[in-house]
Amino acid sequence: MEGQGRIILHADMNSFYASVECLHQPELRAKPVAVGGDAEARHGIILAKNQLAKKYGVKTGEALWQARQKCPDLVIVHPHYDQYMRFSRLAREIYGEYTDRVEPFGLDECWLDVTGTESQRKGGEALAQELRRRIKAELGVTVSIGVSDNKIFAKLGSDYRKPDAVTVFSRREMGEKVWPLPVTDLLYVGPATGRKLRSYGVETIGQLALTPPEYLKSWFGKVGLMLHGFANGYDLTPVARAGEESPVKSVGNSMTTTRDLVSLEDISAVYWVLCESVAARLREGGFLCRTVQIGLRDFGLYSFERQLTLETPSCLASELHRAAMDLAAANWDERRPLRSIGVRGTELIPASSPWQLSLFQEEAGREKKERLERSVEELRRRFGKAVIGRAAARLHADLWSPDLEKTQVIHPIGLLKTPL
Amino acid sequence: MEETNSAKVYVAVKARFEPDGRLIPLSVTWEDGVEYPIDRVMERKRAASMKAGGTGFRYRIRIGSRETYLFLEEDKWFVERR
Repeated sequence: MEGQGRIILHADMNSFYASVECLHQPELRAKPVAVGGDAEARHGIILAKNQLAKKYGVKTGEALWQARQKCPDLVIVHPHYDQYMRFSRLAREIYGEYTDRVEPFGLDECWLDVTGTESQRKGGEALAQELRRRIKAELGVTVSIGVSDNKIFAKLGSDYRKPDAVTVFSRREMGEKVWPLPVTDLLYVGPATGRKLRSYGVETIGQLALTPPEYLKSWFGKVGLMLHGFANGYDLTPVARAGEESPVKSVGNSMTTTRDLVSLEDISAVYWVLCESVAARLREGGFLCRTVQIGLRDFGLYSFERQLTLETPSCLASELHRAAMDLAAANWDERRPLRSIGVRGTELIPASSPWQLSLFQEEAGREKKERLERSVEELRRRFGKAVIGRAAARLHADLWSPDLEKTQVIHPIGLLKTPL
Repeated sequence: MEETNSAKVYVAVKARFEPDGRLIPLSVTWEDGVEYPIDRVMERKRAASMKAGGTGFRYRIRIGSRETYLFLEEDKWFVERR
């Protein structure tokens, strides 16, 4: 692998939130520890757990009470996002000493492309070992690192052995090392895609690699071809340069409410809050979205997503809200109270791009609405979030706790994560 | 972070900024109020303190005949309780 092709590392900080907590509270280290949201405000789910808690079967994403059932001695600590950001930044600073191509994937993971750098001479594995030792000595937390010639296998490698380990997946050994792994280990193969693949008898990465691409295309569309490429290690996507923002693909927001949502009115109130924030972020980024997607999750943690294409690309909260409510009204079974809902604008286009004016919508009215929404944001920016709000949302303000936003910034993919 | 942890002792430090930006600690004032002049800074590197629980710049310093570590974590100094 080395000498020809790229040298790509994927570094994953192990049990990141829990490790940072355990570093700062040495007395916790010998105990099963989980980082969890606030149980009283009821967004009480496990965000991360240490190795000991993992042994008890504690899982990320499950409710605190479920975790406590499995592990009565579980110590649950509150998250300290400022610390996680700090450790994330410190780790990236270290990676940045070796290459300027450092592409973060969440707070705790990064790809590094060291091809053609000074440090390439050391070789991928030796370099990975050096990084592993430095992170441990300098930050007091551990990383597992995968080394390969592409991003997909590098990521597989960092998952393969952990914590505090280095795994090399070279192309030469692909057949014996990578292909026996379950197909669900592959990046982008989530539970749904995994189920579908299994139903066709594809259980391992090797089986996926050897499935004729035209079959995969007929099962999954273009994505099938992409997965086929990944399983064969044909991934040529570059590692972005540090500071080069990966292009935004969607803007979304979700909320786990403090009580169940039992009516469309409840849903509407929450969607006002979410849509206003999504619309504001769309405008901030200079985007319009063509598609609105909603995710609903009930108390049994059953969840699904639905989406619709807007008649006209939009960055207006009122239009996002209408689309979200249409989707909710058409798809939600009201016998299933909801615990968490989300909304997302996808298929983004620059706000400056020309688009077909709608025959049925009055453009002047839309511009006016946009000015209104911008004014509201400006008021909030200057005088605080509470200064102005929709009455429809205010009537149901018992649905959320005021500090929710902090967590949403960090955990945008946490709750309503979709496989693909 | 909650400082429930007794191995981490925050201390007052007198320090000097050199013209080139380096920060040189000159003395440490212990919890009991006694100030100890630092005779020499032997090394400064990024390091975690597993014992006290934290990370930052670790100064290996000599006070009299004793060598010890002094950590600068963001904007606070701490030492590890022995």
